[in-house]
Amino acid sequence: MAAEASKPIDSKVLWGGGRSPFSVSYGKLMMWFFLISDALTFGGFLGALGFARHKFEAVWPVTEQIFYHFPFVPHDVHLPLLYVALMTFILIVSSVTMVLAVEAGHRMDKKGVTKWLALTVVGGFIFLGSQAWEWSTFIHGSDHGVYKLNSGFTTELVTSGGEKTTADLGSGVVAEIQADESLLIKNGEFIGSTVTGEDAEAIKSTAEFVHGASLTRNEYGHQLYADFFFFITGFHGTHVLSGVILNLVILINVIKGVYHKRGHYEMVEKSGLYWHFVDLVWVFVFTFFYLV
Amino acid sequence: MERDDVIEYSLYNHHNEEEGKKIRKNIYLVTIILSVVTIVEVLMGVLLPKAALGMNSTAWEMVKLGYVILTLLKAGYIVVIFMHLGDERKSLKWAILAPYALFILYLLYILLVEASA
Repeated sequence: MAAEASKPIDSKVLWGGGRSPFSVSYGKLMMWFFLISDALTFGGFLGALGFARHKFEAVWPVTEQIFYHFPFVPHDVHLPLLYVALMTFILIVSSVTMVLAVEAGHRMDKKGVTKWLALTVVGGFIFLGSQAWEWSTFIHGSDHGVYKLNSGFTTELVTSGGEKTTADLGSGVVAEIQADESLLIKNGEFIGSTVTGEDAEAIKSTAEFVHGASLTRNEYGHQLYADFFFFITGFHGTHVLSGVILNLVILINVIKGVYHKRGHYEMVEKSGLYWHFVDLVWVFVFTFFYLV
Repeated sequence: MERDDVIEYSLYNHHNEEEGKKIRKNIYLVTIILSVVTIVEVLMGVLLPKAALGMNSTAWEMVKLGYVILTLLKAGYIVVIFMHLGDERKSLKWAILAPYALFILYLLYILLVEASA
């Protein structure tokens, strides 16, 4: 494989100038250094997420209860995290096709590089489409929306007939409107006090109706949860987009025979490093945003 | 255009069909490992949800630790096999991993310490 890198070379020769002491080309080394800095940016994002989450643990949403939708499946079917797992799998597979393109490049197999690189681009587009769908689902919100009480708790207002279904929204607080317009505050299994008259009116009038999520409102729970969702998956999605464009440009060059004429397919290797990195970041996002 | 004053390291990376077969077999093996780990993670998410175990329970802490270990395992396979870092010179491995480890450990340390203040 990387034959030059595994060759024993006297350190006087290796570090004596006139060659790369790492036995890699300039471009590859710089791609690695760029990826280190980029990985630190993502590390900062995920670290900050952990920090905020720990600070607001009581009102932090449970991810399985938000991301349970699946395309072309009715809304009331709960398939927690299944689509995100599928997206993870798609990205891993596109990473595999990329490494196969690099392998084909090492054999100067132009047809093989074209085939595998094209499949990588297709995988990237599927992932981007999935992410757009995921964003759209998150932004539109649940089927009914919630009320945010002054106390910071998110509740659903349910008529005494129980017309609205109650989904547990992190805090698990539910307020039912009784027949006499009073409010029955429930917190999970614990059935709390009935708030009547002016108090009930006060809660209802100060409560804010929230439906869906954006950078300034979030029906699922703490605002920072939505902000981190948009920033982390958005920043990663931007990386996927630039990776797809990069791979597409290189695919065109491969088809035109630019690299074959050059004698090696190192450009595929370099964009491959970037593409694997995008996959690597998603592995961490999947764990620390969705699973934990 | 070939320049004779620049060493084309990439040319030394070429291999023949025989070696390629071995490398591809390894790639498929890693693919299977990564897929299985992802499936295990999802199964853990379905069978051992946070809500059922309790947020501050020891069981949930263990599940969380399990997620971190599985994630680092996946990351290791991607970096070492897919990104070919395992095939690079030792000095390059250090030049990449050491600065990253240093900064990320520092960042996590400062977050954990300051968060409890």
